[in-house]
Order: sequence, then C-alpha cells, then structure tokens
Amino acid sequence: MEDRCGNSNKGFKVLSDFVWLCLVATCVKLLLVLSYHSTDFEVHRHWAALTHSLPLQEWYFDETSPWTLDYPPFFAYFERFISVFANLVDPKIVQLREGLNYDSLSAIYFQRITVIVTDVCLFVAAYRLTKRLDYVRRYVVWVLIIGSPGLLIVDHIHFQYNGFLLGLLLLSLSFLEEGRDLEGGFFFAALLCFKHLFAVAAPVYFVYLLRHYCRGGLVRGFTRLLAMGTVVASVFTVAFGPFLYHGQIHQVISRLFPFGRGLCHAYWAPNFWSLYIMFDKGIAFVIRKLGFNVPTPEASFTGGLVGDASPFSVLPQITPLTTFILVLLSMSPCLVKSWKHPHPKMITRWVAYAYTCGFLFGWHVHEKASLHFVIPLALVATDSVEDAKHYFIMSTVSCYSLFPLLFEAQEYPIKVLLLLLHSLLMWIGFSTLFQVTKKPGSSKTATEKRDFGIGYIGKIYLLGLLGVEVWGQFLHPYIFKDRLPFIPLMMISVYGALGMMYSWIWQLNQILNSS
Amino acid sequence: MAKSKPTAKSKASSIGEEAASDDDRSSQWLTGRGVIPPILCVAVFGLLVRAGVSLHSYSGAADPPKYGDFEAQRHWMEITTNLPASEWYRNSSVNDLRYWGLDYPPLTAYQSYVHGLWLKSVLPESVQLFTSRGHESHLGKLLMRWTVLSSDVLVFVPAALCFILAYYSQQNEGRSDMVWHSAMVLLNPCLILIDHGHFQYNCISLGLTVGAVAAILTKRELLAGVLFSLALNHKQMSAYFAPAFFSYLLGKCLKHSNPLIEVLKLGFVVIGTFVLLWWPYLQSKEAFFEVLSRLAPFERGIYEDYVANFWCTASVLIKWKKLFSMHFLKLVSLTATVVTCLPSMVHQIRYPSYQSFLYGMLNSSFAFYFFSFQVHEKSILLPLLPASLLAFEEPFVYSWFTHFAMLSMFPLLIRDKLIVPFAVLSILFTLLFRAPCRKQDSTKQIPTSMKLLPRKLLTFFSVFLHIIYVTLTPPKRYPFLFEAIIMLHCFIQFVLLAIYTNVKQWNLPKPSSSADNKKKLL
Repeated sequence: MEDRCGNSNKGFKVLSDFVWLCLVATCVKLLLVLSYHSTDFEVHRHWAALTHSLPLQEWYFDETSPWTLDYPPFFAYFERFISVFANLVDPKIVQLREGLNYDSLSAIYFQRITVIVTDVCLFVAAYRLTKRLDYVRRYVVWVLIIGSPGLLIVDHIHFQYNGFLLGLLLLSLSFLEEGRDLEGGFFFAALLCFKHLFAVAAPVYFVYLLRHYCRGGLVRGFTRLLAMGTVVASVFTVAFGPFLYHGQIHQVISRLFPFGRGLCHAYWAPNFWSLYIMFDKGIAFVIRKLGFNVPTPEASFTGGLVGDASPFSVLPQITPLTTFILVLLSMSPCLVKSWKHPHPKMITRWVAYAYTCGFLFGWHVHEKASLHFVIPLALVATDSVEDAKHYFIMSTVSCYSLFPLLFEAQEYPIKVLLLLLHSLLMWIGFSTLFQVTKKPGSSKTATEKRDFGIGYIGKIYLLGLLGVEVWGQFLHPYIFKDRLPFIPLMMISVYGALGMMYSWIWQLNQILNSS
Repeated sequence: MAKSKPTAKSKASSIGEEAASDDDRSSQWLTGRGVIPPILCVAVFGLLVRAGVSLHSYSGAADPPKYGDFEAQRHWMEITTNLPASEWYRNSSVNDLRYWGLDYPPLTAYQSYVHGLWLKSVLPESVQLFTSRGHESHLGKLLMRWTVLSSDVLVFVPAALCFILAYYSQQNEGRSDMVWHSAMVLLNPCLILIDHGHFQYNCISLGLTVGAVAAILTKRELLAGVLFSLALNHKQMSAYFAPAFFSYLLGKCLKHSNPLIEVLKLGFVVIGTFVLLWWPYLQSKEAFFEVLSRLAPFERGIYEDYVANFWCTASVLIKWKKLFSMHFLKLVSLTATVVTCLPSMVHQIRYPSYQSFLYGMLNSSFAFYFFSFQVHEKSILLPLLPASLLAFEEPFVYSWFTHFAMLSMFPLLIRDKLIVPFAVLSILFTLLFRAPCRKQDSTKQIPTSMKLLPRKLLTFFSVFLHIIYVTLTPPKRYPFLFEAIIMLHCFIQFVLLAIYTNVKQWNLPKPSSSADNKKKLL
C-alpha cells in the first residue's frame, strides 16, 4: 500500500485527515458561540478597547474598568492587533467608555471568532509536534489535543485564549524535540511575554537549554549561551522595551504580580492545598470532639478571597514563599534529571511535570491551569500503555474539575457530553493503538487479550466522580436544600485533588525511573 | 470481520474523530472493542451538535402576537396540563383553537402533557393557562429545548442504533461502514435544524418510524405495526410512509402459508394500538370527528409559502387556488399521490424484500411530498429519512438530496435567524460525508446523468443562491423571486432523484420466493 501510494500522496492524505479533524472541531466551536461566557469575555474586550483607544504609555495605568491589563506586553500587542479588526466590524467594541460591558451579537461573534481563528496556532503546533509519530499515534494525539474538552470549555465557552498560548508552548516543545533549541527557546520566551503564568516551567527550560544547547567545550558552550541569551533577551526587549523606555517597568511588574490574593481561588483548584485545608478542618473537628477548644478561623475559604488572618485552625499558615519553595522542591528531581541527562525525548514530560508541580503547590492556582500539563501530556500518552492509562484518568479528572466553571444550567448537557465524548474517544483510541503496536500484521486481533485498561482502582475512582456529580447536582440540593452550598464544590476539588496527586506521583515516578 | 476483504469499501471510520489510514488498520479500529464504542461516540457527538444548535434562536422568537412553532408546542403543553383530555381538541372559552389549536394526533397531545408536567414542576408560570401565552424566558426556553433533547435521547438515537445493528446483521459486506452510516443517520442536518433550531418534535415520529424499520429488518412485523401506528399517532405526516409499510407487510403476509391469519394478526395489533391511543375520543361520535377534523386542515389550501413540490412549483403557471374548487383539488391531489405511489407499492407487494421496502419508503414519501395536500417545506424531512437509511447503498443520492433539502429550507431557517447553525451544519455534513477513511468509489454510485461537470455547476449555483438570498433584496415587483428560484431549482432535483429511486427500485434483483429471507441486502 505504502509503495503504491508514494510518499507525497500519503503525506497529502495525512494532512487532509488532519485538516478534516480541525474543521470538525471548528464546526463544534462555531456552534458554541452563543453559549455562556464569563467575565473574561469583558476583560478581553476591555483590553482590546483600551489598547485601541489609549497610547502605549497609558496601557498599564488605565483604571476605567476593574479589569485592568495584567498580562505581559505581547498579549497587550495582541489585543491591539485584534482591535484593528474589531474597529472594522463594530467600532463600539473598542470604545473605552461606551463599550464597557458591551455584549451585542456582533461583539460576541467577533470575539468568539478571534479565539477560533487563533486556535490555528494550536493546530499547527499539534501537527508539527507529532511529525515523527506513525499514523495512528498521530491521530490519537491530534484527537486528544484538538478535541480536548478542557480547551473547548475554557476557551470556547468560558472565554480565554489558551488554545493559542498552548499552541506556542507546543511549538516550542516541537522544536526542542527536534533538537532545534534556539527556536524552542525563542518560542518559550515569546510565550512568557504573552502570559507570565507559563513561567513555572522556566527552571526546566533553563537547566535543559543550559545543559543541552550550551555544551561542547568552554568556547562553543559560551558562544551558544551568548546566542541563546541574545535571542531571549531580544524577545523580552521587544516586549518590555517600550515600557522600559517610558520608565514604567515598575508599574508593569506590579500589575503582572498582584499580591494580596489568597492561597486558593474562590473555587479551589483540585490541588494539594485543597487537601491541606480539608485535613486542617478534619483535625480541628476531631480535636473539638475530644473537648479541646479550637478557635474557628475568622477568614473562611468558602467566602472567596482571603485576607491576612490565618484561615487554618490547626495546621501552620501558608505564605506565598512556602508555596514557592514547595514548587521548586517538588520540581527538583526533574531539574536534576535534566541536568544529568538532557535528552530531547524527555523534555515534554519534564515541562508537563513542572506545570503539574506549579498546579499542585502554587499560590492562588486556577483550575484552568491544569490545561498547561494536560495538553502537552497528550503527546506522551501514546508512548506506552501505562502512559495511556495515566492520561485517561488524569485528563478525565482535569476536565471534570472544570465543570464548576460552567455553572449555568444551559451548558450542563454540553459539558457532560464533551467529557463523555472525550472519554469514549480516548478509550477507542488507546485500545486501538495498543492493540496495533503489540502485534503488527496480525489479523486475529479480535481474539487477543486486550491491552488497554485502567484497572479496578482507576475504574472505581472514575465511578466515584460520577458519585460526586450525582451528589452535587441532585442529592445535595434535594437533601440540604440551600444549606451548605459550598459542599458540592468542595467535594469536586478534594476528590479531584486525589486524582491530581496520583498523576503527580506517577509522573514523578516515570521521570525518576527513566534512563 | 477478520475475513473482510480489503476492498475500497472496507473502510473504518469513526466520525467522532477517529480514523485509520489503510485497510488493515481500518478493520483493527473496529475489532479493537467491537463496533459499539465508535457508534456510541457518533451518538454522543450527534447529541453534542444538537445541544450546540439548541443554543440558537427558535421559530417566532420575540415575534408577537402569533410567535411560531415554539409557542405552538408550549401552548399545547399549557392546554394539555390544564384541561381534561376531552377538552384538548374542542374549541371553548378556555381553549381557543384559533390560537395554535392542537392539530396533531393524540400521541402528540400525550407527549405535550408529559413534557408540560415537567415544565409545570420547574417553572409553573411557563404553562399557566392564558397568562403564559407568548411566555419567553431563558429558563423556559432551556426547559423546552431539553424536552426535545431528551426525546432524541430516548427515541431517535436508540431507534437509529437499532436500525444500524439490524441493517448490518443482514450482510457481511460493508460492516466497517457502520460507523459512517450511523453518523449519516444521526447527524442529518435538516432534522437537527428543524428539531433543535426551529423547534419541533420530529425526532419522536421519525424515531418511531426508524424503530419500525428496524423491527421489520429483524422480522418482528407485529412490533413494526405497533411502532408505526405510534408514529402515525404522533404526526399524521408519518402517513407518507404508510403505503410502503402497508404494501411490504401485505406482500409479506401473502407469501405466508396462511395469509389471512397474518393479515388479521397485523390488523388486530394496529387497530388495538389506535384504539388505545384514541380511547378518550371514542366515547362519542362527535368527539371522534372533532379530533379528526383538527387533523386535516384542508382550509389552509393546497400549499403554503414556497414548497418545492408539484402544486407550488406549477402554481407559477397555473393558479390552482383561484381556478379550481377545494373539493376538486383534494380529489386531484389524492389521485396524483396514489398514482405516483403505485409502482413502488406494486413492486413491494410482488417482491417484498428489505431493500425494496427501504426504496419503497423513499418513493412513497416522495410521492406524498410532491402531490399531497398541504405540504410544508419541513415535510422534506420525511423523504430524507429513508434516504439516510439507504445512505450506504446510495451515498450520492443521500448527500445530493440533503444539500437540496437544506437549500429548500433555507428561507425558513433565515426567518428563524438560524443562519449560523445552518452554515455550520452544512459544512459539518459535507465533512462527515467525506470522513477521511471512507474512500469509497464515489463515481460508481452516481447516476450517469449526474456526472462531474453538471454536478459542479449545480452545486455552484446552489451556493450562489444561498449568497444571493442573504445579500440581495429582490426587485419590488417580484418580492418572492428568490424563493421561487430556490423552489424551482430544488424541485427539479427532487424530481430527478425520485425518478432515479423509482427506477432503481424496479431494477432491484428480484428475490426468488423461497430464499428471499436469506437474501443479502446487497
């Protein structure tokens, strides 16, 4: 078959299949245009308006709306670029004051379409990243990335531009995997200038590039270090230079890193800290039962933002510094590994691991941040049955933990169907993949022992998710009516946190055991 | 499955988002976990698309005083939940039949009742008698949308899956196209747009019909009788398929050793179902005729708006409504419909087979669409259904037909402000139809008169018409010029398709009477 088709023909077929998949995904995105959108919609509209209406030196000072610009300059330039088209479509979208909270159909369609169009970056990256894989593996990875329910929920319903940003990350990874470190570094630097939250993986990048790129003797190493430094520095100069020139760099930095936010977001991300809080509450409860007097903390986690008072009853207070150290500590095994054996094959795992650490132990983490490692890990998922199994569980949990983002009834069927479809696709893809790779050429695959499965514990855990959902949606409102409204959300984050901890330990184990 | 030859047709495709490159692999896609997971995938994807479409507008949104089909359905829920069954079809001070009076058979009324109960429990004001007229709230719309979505989950999707399983259990060839075929049935863009966009419950009556077809394919004739009677009692338009069901079942009975008993059994089941459903209206003669007169609204004329059927198209030249009396038109339309159904019926009675049954459904529904009284543009859904069931054998017919059916409904959907879902579903259908791994020989399936160039020209012309319709305003003298052109354009294609499928049915291999049960579909 391959001989007859010829390489170019086959290449065309692969590309056309890829385009087909992208188009199908785009169709779904277009249908979701009218679904609920969060305040992030207004945030991005306002940023476009503000960059359009104001000169550059006022961008980071403007306070017309509470949604002040708090992304790095590249994102501001990006919004400026979008605003050019917005002005053509409907000038009111980009008017600073008149446009406030403007959400007419034209604005909705325009903004949604910008997200859909910028997803092309993700498509290109996904295509590049999977170049070295065989057809079936490629297809599975594409489905995992392009059909990711998390991205659909966060970008195309909730409203953000993660697809495009993750596209940059994947582009960078694809270059690193090819051994083209300079380009990889360039794209990562650019990504950081778009959204600084991606900086969690910077230590990994730093160590890896230092050891993998800047090697081969003192002179050569130094030259390369200089080259890489120049590339990265010039990216940052282009981004921050204008603001440096206007002497506003301090203001920009203070906008990018707002302090005074609490350890957890209003809805706790399913990470280590949600377990920590629960543990604290549990101990306090037991001690009180034993007759000791434990003061109830003034600040409450369920109320949203947390002030200075310690919200913990028993366990020690957590500061941003603690979380910072914990993130670095948990990341250190991977840093050591990349120092010792900087191998391009491992870079995706390492970067994903770094984001996992940031997600689990970071300060004020959003549930959306789980996308930062779910998407890159899609590439790793097809490496082995074990990887696939881990991915299946982790990705399901990650998507499920995004459910509270869409709290309106209208999107309920959509999010459930998205998760269901994703799980089914993963199931089919992985089962097919690991049957094919085990015994290629065998025609009696139907009778063989099946390879892909998630085991009893995995199944019970995922069924538990169903239990949590049924409790939160049906039983809790039925039994408790309006009382204790925070319980269902808490259950989702705590139960999800268990899965995420498993994923972290599993990834750590994989990294430590890799040769 | 392992034996299936790597012909051009043995292609696996899971429309959800999976595919395989070559023949070996494509069969493995399916053997992995069987064919069920990919088909389920398609079903879930289909539901996702439906949920996406349901976010958009519906017919008569914010358009008082009459609103549209959405309001009609809601009003029926209002009537059925607040009045006793005997009052549902009766004009009275509490039930003004001029305002969206119930004009579908009892099963629709019962369905409205059940859905109405649900609405009442969640949002009582949305089905309050009188005061809820024109009720339009976010939650109200959502609840209504969910009733359609749940009907699809409960009726159409399972029926379609049963059909796919039954259809492919008859044959070995083309099993790997099952997934593709299920996508063709489940993701029919016209049905989705009308049910989840425009707002209707066609998924129930069509689902019941598909269920009946599946029952026939698995030799459960009595069950088929029951299911089809239910379909008829949900929407009288299901009668478009009645000649096919009637003649197939008759032909089958005649082949039996005891034809009379078979016919009696079937008749008993069908009549029993009818009696059960009509029970509240069988208490008196008046009540019965009251309902019956509601179901046949002859006063609305032989056609409405711009339907691509015979009466409407010919009315460009002959003003039927002015020239002839209603009575005469009724007679003519009945005769024309029966005459056009006849060839297909005769063929089925003589050689009843699964395949000729499916073609028969298509042909009889075409006949009704062209010639029967009071046809809507939405009625094209009925011939489209058997075409989707035949998609494996007649892929070209199905896709061609779908594109023109979409075009014929375009003016309606524009009025409903559904242009975005319309465009998206058109593209999505084209994509799914050309799913990567279905590398079938497309030219083989195309009737010779439809070779490449004319096909391209016609397609181009249709796309052109869409654009013109949206962008240009028609000349003042002919305000409906574009509608008329669209109608004419679609009508010609429909007629060609109907002629082709009729000829095709007659040229089907005649099954030898003894082995006809064993005969493969292909």
